[in-house]
Amino acid sequence: MSELIQVQNVSKSYWRDSFEIPVLSNLSLNVKQGEFMALMGPSGSGKTTLLNLIAGIDKPSSGRVVVADTEISNLGESALAKWRANNVGFVFQFYNLIPVLTAFENVELPLLLTKLSKAERKKHVETVLGIVGLGSHIQHYPKQLSGGQEQRVAIARAVVTDPVLLVADEPTGDLDKNSAAEILTLLERLNKEFNKTILMVTHDPHAAERARIVRHLEKGDLVGV
Amino acid sequence: MKVLKLILKNALRHKLRTVLTIVGITIAVIAFGLLRTVVTVWDSSVDAASANRLITRQAVSFIFPLPYSYKEKIKSVSGVQTVSFANWFGGVYKDKNNFFARMAVDAETIFDVMPEFLIAPEELATFKKERNACVLGADIAKQYNIKIGDVMTLEGDIYPGRWDFVVRGIYHPQNKNTDDSQMLFHWQYVDERMKIETPVRAGDVGWYIVAIEDPNKAAVISDQIDALFNNSSAETKTETEKAFAQGFVAASSAIITAMNLMSFFIIGIIMLVLANTMIMAARERTREYAVFKTLGFSTFHLTGLILGESMLISILGGGIGIAFTYPIVAGFEQAIPKGFFPFFFIEPVTTIMALGAAILIGIIAAVFPIQRTLKTKIVEGFRFVG
Ligand SMILES: Nc1ncnc2c1ncn2[C@@H]1O[C@H](COP(=O)(O)OP(=O)(O)OP(=O)(O)O)[C@@H](O)[C@H]1O
Ligand SMILES: [Mg+2]
Repeated sequence: MSELIQVQNVSKSYWRDSFEIPVLSNLSLNVKQGEFMALMGPSGSGKTTLLNLIAGIDKPSSGRVVVADTEISNLGESALAKWRANNVGFVFQFYNLIPVLTAFENVELPLLLTKLSKAERKKHVETVLGIVGLGSHIQHYPKQLSGGQEQRVAIARAVVTDPVLLVADEPTGDLDKNSAAEILTLLERLNKEFNKTILMVTHDPHAAERARIVRHLEKGDLVGV
Repeated sequence: MKVLKLILKNALRHKLRTVLTIVGITIAVIAFGLLRTVVTVWDSSVDAASANRLITRQAVSFIFPLPYSYKEKIKSVSGVQTVSFANWFGGVYKDKNNFFARMAVDAETIFDVMPEFLIAPEELATFKKERNACVLGADIAKQYNIKIGDVMTLEGDIYPGRWDFVVRGIYHPQNKNTDDSQMLFHWQYVDERMKIETPVRAGDVGWYIVAIEDPNKAAVISDQIDALFNNSSAETKTETEKAFAQGFVAASSAIITAMNLMSFFIIGIIMLVLANTMIMAARERTREYAVFKTLGFSTFHLTGLILGESMLISILGGGIGIAFTYPIVAGFEQAIPKGFFPFFFIEPVTTIMALGAAILIGIIAAVFPIQRTLKTKIVEGFRFVG
């Protein structure tokens, strides 16, 4: 299998006023195409930061990030936005659905940036909502759904454009055990059946078990296997 | 289409807040329209004043009279075409709330110096012939349902007693700036009675109306007229009718200026109100806008989303405001004494300005939230806690 993600000697610091807050220092990581990797580590170790760099919503202070044959650490703002729309699906801890849009409309959102016709969009949206098991909740608003259902809508939104990479930041962090298990099963399926490469940050050992490989981040360094 | 739907849904998130903002804009636009209407009405009454008409009045104040004998002297000044004169009569017609100008005028010449008062030649001839005849502006005739041949009785105050006039003509306005709410009758008729009842007031003229050939010579001719009466017991002040009209409402002028300023302050204030609403909305949606950016939506999309919402609110408020302005101005016209303003209407430019103001409010109110949203980095947006 080829490498989908190559993180090479990446450092990242944040600046608060004139204080430098180093988060990642000289970190390297490769992820193969079709991998399902869990990223663990204590709070504040830089997991979200690393995920954001790989998904192209933040930029490293130094080093290279190459994802799907594109060196994204070099891209400008709008090129990066286009790249994200084409290559990455995002799943967040708090779902981040748009509250005034129905499940259907939320999932349709990324498709509005494509050239698909209305009928084609409808077909795509209904298909993915079917895959995540919400075919009968198409017209529901986020507040009419349970947390687990909301997260499934969010996953549908993340995969509707058929991206190669799915990043998930604590996707089960806000869910009860059963809902969490369902979400993890869904992610496993997306990885196995649909060949999505998944990078998942989690605190939950049960969640990490489902991944094929687990990496630990501690004080900005990757440790162990 | 999808975007419009989202804009609408966003605007309706806090229904009460949006409705209150729209109502605020509606009220501001109505206030703007009303104030601007008063300002433009005032301006156009000054504009209606003719440039080739001079007004000669008593130097101290126009409430003091001038002698009738000045007429021939003024006529002798070169460049003067016609000299006419008028007197403010006052009086009460039926009810003291019936407010319109009643003037004792020189019947022979008044319609020569006021060509914008259009009257049929036969009516004018009859008016000139009969001493107790009067001519009415079309607006007043219509308002009080008076026809030619009717008798109008005035209860005099400045000129005490009962005065009967037979309506012999109705004049029509030449254009919308012409005042067609005056009642004109013979100065000679009034003067004859004064000779008998109050001889000291006989021969008093309120002001002279002097038609000149060349408006460019207005200043020279004015000086020459005033020079005639230097050091007399009744010195004069001659100025163009326009200057006279402005002076006549000198006191109002300050109020008009204040109204003018206020109309723009109101727009400024409501701009801040909408800006505040939009900034609050943008703050609340910080995470959502971060989601939009994450999904690949561009600066253009986000700008459209926020600007669209701001414009939707401001144009809705503006539209409702403009729609209400017409009946409210009409009601206002009913409420003020008839004839207080010779004409009262909403200039098209006022409507255009109100609409323009609404659009401007929408754009400017969106500037800060757009700037904030675009400036916020995605990762900061996700870390933001309201
Ligand atoms: N935008 C930012 N500005 C300043 N500091 C930041 C920013 N983002 C993260 N940090 C800091 O960087 C460090 C790492 O943050 P990060 O969110 O990557 O940790 P994490 O491993 O995801 O933690 P958690 O498990 O609590 O989510 C923290 O100390 C955090 O305060
Ligand atoms: Mg985190």
